[in-house]
Amino acid sequence: MSDNIERNEEYLMYVEKQTPKTGWFNSLFHAFLVGGMICCMAQMFGDIIKAYNPTMDILRVGSWSSIIIITITILLTGFGVFDRIAKFGGAGTFIPISGFANSIASCAIEFKNEGLVFGIGAKMFYVAGPVLVNGVAYSIIVGLVYTLIQLF
Amino acid sequence: MLAAIFMYVKVFCVGGLICLIGELIEIKTKITPARILVIFLMVGAILGGFGIYNYLVEWAGAGATLPITGFGNALARGAIEGATSNGLFGAIGGGLMATSAGVAVSIGLSYIVSFFVKSKTKKS
Repeated sequence: MSDNIERNEEYLMYVEKQTPKTGWFNSLFHAFLVGGMICCMAQMFGDIIKAYNPTMDILRVGSWSSIIIITITILLTGFGVFDRIAKFGGAGTFIPISGFANSIASCAIEFKNEGLVFGIGAKMFYVAGPVLVNGVAYSIIVGLVYTLIQLF
Repeated sequence: MLAAIFMYVKVFCVGGLICLIGELIEIKTKITPARILVIFLMVGAILGGFGIYNYLVEWAGAGATLPITGFGNALARGAIEGATSNGLFGAIGGGLMATSAGVAVSIGLSYIVSFFVKSKTKKS
């Protein structure tokens, strides 16, 4: 038993040694660069939409620019390009809404072989599910607390 | 013109910084990306619930709305707006209503795209 644990530790050290180190300063810089660029793109789309529809509500402009980013991400995922950007950008690609879209699209493609219902239907939300479930739960809590505050 | 450039600098810095914090957490603590997403979502929902995040959205635009913290903020903000205009019904449904378009596009388009793309990784 102890031998087993020792070997496990050895193995973990081996894995640690073998995983390529990109230097944490570099990866932080990449995340900053890619994340900032994706946000700037969204801002640009928002500005373009606003230039054509000056009367549009600012929240709706934000939603539209998010939708454009989501569409681009899913198409890039379909073409297999997004993985390369994600490898470079790290958190810079999965923290913006593009990460959410990419996780749904890539899981749908990956589990396609397992069928429509239990493949795509169920496993599409393997990563995005926790985000959606938690998000909806928090929003209900916020709404209920706010309603209670309004009562008094 | 100068104001527009300054706005883009703000968007870049705020969006980049939020991603940088996420990357820092991932490197230093080895928490998986899915958990980091949920943590960021929670932070956004809490800040949005207190109305603090809206100031950041006003100041930095897409730099604040596009990261997943902005998604959490949109959920909380939608719930608050629903509660003020539609009472209990709005409080429950408002969050989903505010974010419904983005989520629907993600799901629908992924579904369509998955029909056209062959999966490379799983070849049983």
